[in-house]
Order: sequence, then C-alpha cells, then structure tokens
Amino acid sequence: MEATPTTGIYGLMAEFDTPTQITEAAEKAYAAGYRKMDAYTPFPVEEVCHAMQMPKSKMSLIVLTGGILGGIGGFLLQVWTACVYYPLNIGGRPNFSWPSFIPITFECTVLLGALSAVLGMIFLNDLPLPYHPVFNNPRFNRASQDKFFLCIEADDPKFNAADTRKFLESLHPVEVAEIEK
Amino acid sequence: MANGSASAHPLAPNPVLDPGHNFNSIGDKINAVVLTPKFRPGWVLGLLISFGLLNVLLVSVAWTIFRGVGVWGINIPVGWGFAIVNFVWWIGIGHAGTLISAILLLLNQKWRNSINRFAEAMTLFAVACAGLFPLLHMGRPWFFYWMMPIPLPQALLPQFRSPLVWDVFAVSTYATVSALFWLVGLIPDFATLRDKAVNPIVKRLFGVLSLGWRGAASHWHNYEMTYLLLAGLSTPLVVSVHTVVSFDFSVGVIPGWHATIFPPYFVAGAIYSGFAMVLTLAIPTRAAYNMKDFITDRHLDNMAKIMLATSLMVSYGYGSEVFFAWYSASNWEKYMMFDNRMSGPYMFFYWSLIFCNFIVPQLLWSKKVRTNTVILFIISIIVNIGMWLERFIIVVTSLSRDFLPSSWGMYYPTVWDFGVYFGTIGLFLTLMFLFVRFVPIMSAFEMKLLLPESKVKGGHH
Repeated sequence: MEATPTTGIYGLMAEFDTPTQITEAAEKAYAAGYRKMDAYTPFPVEEVCHAMQMPKSKMSLIVLTGGILGGIGGFLLQVWTACVYYPLNIGGRPNFSWPSFIPITFECTVLLGALSAVLGMIFLNDLPLPYHPVFNNPRFNRASQDKFFLCIEADDPKFNAADTRKFLESLHPVEVAEIEK
Repeated sequence: MANGSASAHPLAPNPVLDPGHNFNSIGDKINAVVLTPKFRPGWVLGLLISFGLLNVLLVSVAWTIFRGVGVWGINIPVGWGFAIVNFVWWIGIGHAGTLISAILLLLNQKWRNSINRFAEAMTLFAVACAGLFPLLHMGRPWFFYWMMPIPLPQALLPQFRSPLVWDVFAVSTYATVSALFWLVGLIPDFATLRDKAVNPIVKRLFGVLSLGWRGAASHWHNYEMTYLLLAGLSTPLVVSVHTVVSFDFSVGVIPGWHATIFPPYFVAGAIYSGFAMVLTLAIPTRAAYNMKDFITDRHLDNMAKIMLATSLMVSYGYGSEVFFAWYSASNWEKYMMFDNRMSGPYMFFYWSLIFCNFIVPQLLWSKKVRTNTVILFIISIIVNIGMWLERFIIVVTSLSRDFLPSSWGMYYPTVWDFGVYFGTIGLFLTLMFLFVRFVPIMSAFEMKLLLPESKVKGGHH
C-alpha cells in the first residue's frame, strides 16, 4: 500500500504552550529547510502562516470568480426571460429594461460568491476528512483547546527520524511525539 | 492593535471580557452548556412553553391551508394585513445578527466576538419565521416554486421587473448566506466539542459536524480569508435585503408608500428592531447561564447605544414622511399623513408607535439606564412592539384608505391572524431554546482571540 519509503510514521509532532513559541518553532523549522510541515492551533495565528512562508490564499480569486459568474448569470437569466423567452409589456417599458434587473443581479452575485467561498474553503482544505494521522497523537485533542502543535511530515526530503527529533527537541517543546500513519 | 483586555487608561471603557480567564476556562465554560448530560428545569419549562406556542402555529397554519387565507382578516382593500406586517417585522429582526457578525467584524469591533454566534442564530430563526408569511399569504403555498426561475410545463417565468420577485431572491439569498456564515463559524467549535466530548455518540456526532477539522495553520489560512470574504459579501447583502423589502412598498403608487426615504429608513428600522431583539434574548440568557463575564455590561451598553442611534434614524424617517407629505402639496399624501395616520381610525397605533420608537428610547441617553438590565430589557420589549406597530401602520393605514373614498375599508385581524403570529414567536423561541442547549452559544475560538496571550509577542517580519 505505502508508496513512500518511510512507511509506518506520518511525522514527528512537537507540542507547545503559546502562540509565540509555535511561531518561533515554525520560523526555525522553515529556516532549517523543512517544507512539508503544518502547525495546529486552537484559533487562527496569522504569524505561523507567515513563518512557514505560506503562499497567499486562493480564496479571494475563487470568490471573485463565483461572484462574477453569479452576477453575469443572474443578469442574463433576466434578459433572456424578458427579451427572448417571454417578452411582456409591463407599463410600456422596453423589454430590455436593465435598471429593474439590477437588484436580482446583485443578489445572484452575493449568492454565488458566498457559495463559492464556503465550498471553495471546504475543497481547498480537503474537507470533510474522516481520518487523519495527526489524531493518532493522544494529546492532539488539546489542539482544538489550548495547545499548539508543529508536525514535520515524513514525506519531507529533509526528514530523518533521529535528526528531526533532535531538531524539534532543541525548540524546547512540551514533548515530541511520533505520529503513526 | 487593540485587544479586549483591560487597559490602564482611566477613561478606557469596561473590558469586553472580564479578567481572570485563559484559553481553557473560556472553552470549558462555553462548551459545558452543551456537553453536560443534565437538562436544567428552567430550560425544560421554557422549551415546553415555547413548544406549546409552536403548536398554536401548527394548528393555525393547518387551518389556513385547509380553509384558505379567507380565515384571516385580509380582504379588499387591505389585502396584505398581518402576514406582511409580520414578514417585515421578522426580517428586520434578523438584520442585527448579520450586522453584528459581518459589519462589526470588518470594523474590527472585538466586542462582537461573544455575541455574534447568538445573534446569527437569531437571524436564521427570524428569517425562517419571516419566510412562512409570504408562503402562506400566497394561498396555495404548495405552488411556491412558481416564483423560481425554473422551466415549468406551463412555460411561466417570474416577472423580473416586480419588487415582489426581487424579494424572493433577496430573502432566499439572505437565508442561504446567513446559514453558511453561521455554519462556517461553527466548524472549529464543533471540532473542540468533538475533542472534549466523553460520550462516544456525542463525540461521533460532533466529529461529523466538524468535517474532520484539525486546526491546521494551512486551513486557518483559507478559513480566515473565507470568513472575511463572507463578511464582505454579507455587509452589502444585509443592506440590500431591507432595501428590497422597502421597494415592495415604495415602488407602488399608494399614498404613504411612494417615498424615496423608504430604503434607508427601513434598513435603520431593521437594525433597530434587531438590536432590541438581541437584548431581549441576551439579557435573560446571560443571567441564566451566568455568562456575565463574557457578555459584560459593556456589551449591553454598546447595544443600547446602537439602539439609540437607530431610534433617532427611524425617528428622522417619521419626520421626513410628515415633511414630504406637507411639502409635496399632494392632497392624497397630506390626507394620508395628517387626516388618516395621525387622526384617523388607527391613530392610537400611530401615536403608540411614536411613543415606543421615539419617546421611550430617549431614556437610553442616560448611562444609568443603559447599564440597568431590567430597564434595558423592558425598553427592548417596547421597541419590539413599536417596530411591529410601525409596519402595521405602513401596511394597513395606506391600504385601507387610498385615492377613492368609496373603496375604503377597515381591517380587522381574526383569531387565526393572531394564531399564526404568536405561533411564529413559539417557533422562534423553540429554536432558540434548542440552540442554547445543543450548540455553543458563543464562538469559543473567537473569544480566545480576546485574550492577550493569544497574541504572538514580538510580531512577525
């Protein structure tokens, strides 16, 4: 089943107490050349993302696209209905009475924008995910409460069970745990 | 960057989070309400009473559908009656939730973090109640899909130049986006509940609801952006919804409706009534669950100030209506304002609305009133009533006496009108009771961000 050479373990996980410690740890790990790693925090800590040099989130582009498609789609739906499919004379207005199509165009923009935001986030974050190895750490339930974890994954080209453990221990964590796949 | 902790400045306002809390104490306190296996007697009693009212709704709706809308007091000329009054009232109440969750987020108002979840839930349930009224008012609600732009055998599509169709789009978009915003905010808190739950069934349930959220920095990165973008989309949306609702009236030519002041005046009124409802619900909830350290007097004070400001805005709207009626020199507009609303058969309700929405809220200028929960609670109820009366006056006085005296007619609601109205209050309260028990009533991860220790010391590069 396993294609990767380091079968058996997903990575090494270090536990920290504060957002400052996890940010410093992520900075040092990045500086040491590790790339395949992630931090786990109970609330968003922007500085960690900066420390790991994460690229800008694609969310804004997804939502912009969704919003534009929704707006164009909503407007064309009304134009097609009013001019092509079922022209009606309403108070002598022209068939293409575009100002009265603006409210629905706006609502469709927001609707598609919001739907693409939520679906895009779920898709980009690879959710829903029924199983993930990080939960194999018995202390990981604190990651959603009050503890901060840094996991260097075994897929990382620089990963070496002994050296990486030594490196993580040099960051003064509460503990370093080996995470099974 | 300002955070929620107490400041040393002597003029600094009260903290938005009482001192002495840490990450665990915040999470424990919020989640304990959900995770405890016990049911408090007060909660059970409240739920039973609300559920009783909900049954009034079921009976009234069943009778309305069985016999038709003729069981209501609506007739020609007053074809809108309670249904539209209640629809606008409920939709307006919802607006505070979106304002708190979206606009205050964009304005970086940290105090919103403890009331946004609660207010968003209120929005969702209020919109659910609001949606019932136009559906029932159609008479044959099972044909509701005729309002949607879908290819039907009879080849009918909506008439997109009508504000009533705009309303369908605005309200359904609003309901969808509010639900999405609420659910996205809940994902990390469901993950916390999953990690804290002891009962395996509860653990599994919250595990499914949290979608397997694990708090990865790479996920938070997208999540934060999503949350911000949803707030950015909701902000113009919430303004547009009540604007479109006001178009239902102002696009018509009926005296008293045909006014350009309507959109801003409706939006201000919506926020006004919404904050009143947040206070009506938050004051008893924070007392019952002993959450005074999370919803502090500062929150009540801030909400009371917003109520005062929006009260002055709607009062300006009432003043504008009077001015326009006089300045237009139109006989019908003048008659509507001076001879019908102010001194006609419904004058009692007009002057009650002025009393509830303009006179009573002036008490909020006093800090003593704003920090006295009992008085604040009573004022919030009065404002709720006042805002209902405002919609009653707009809908009923204008329709009952339009241009031609021979077509005038009075409107009298029937017991079924009241049954559906009070029934929706039962639906709303039932949902609120279920919400406070089974869903964390505050966003725990956002509350943790109020703590000074959530900040990275030294900053980043």
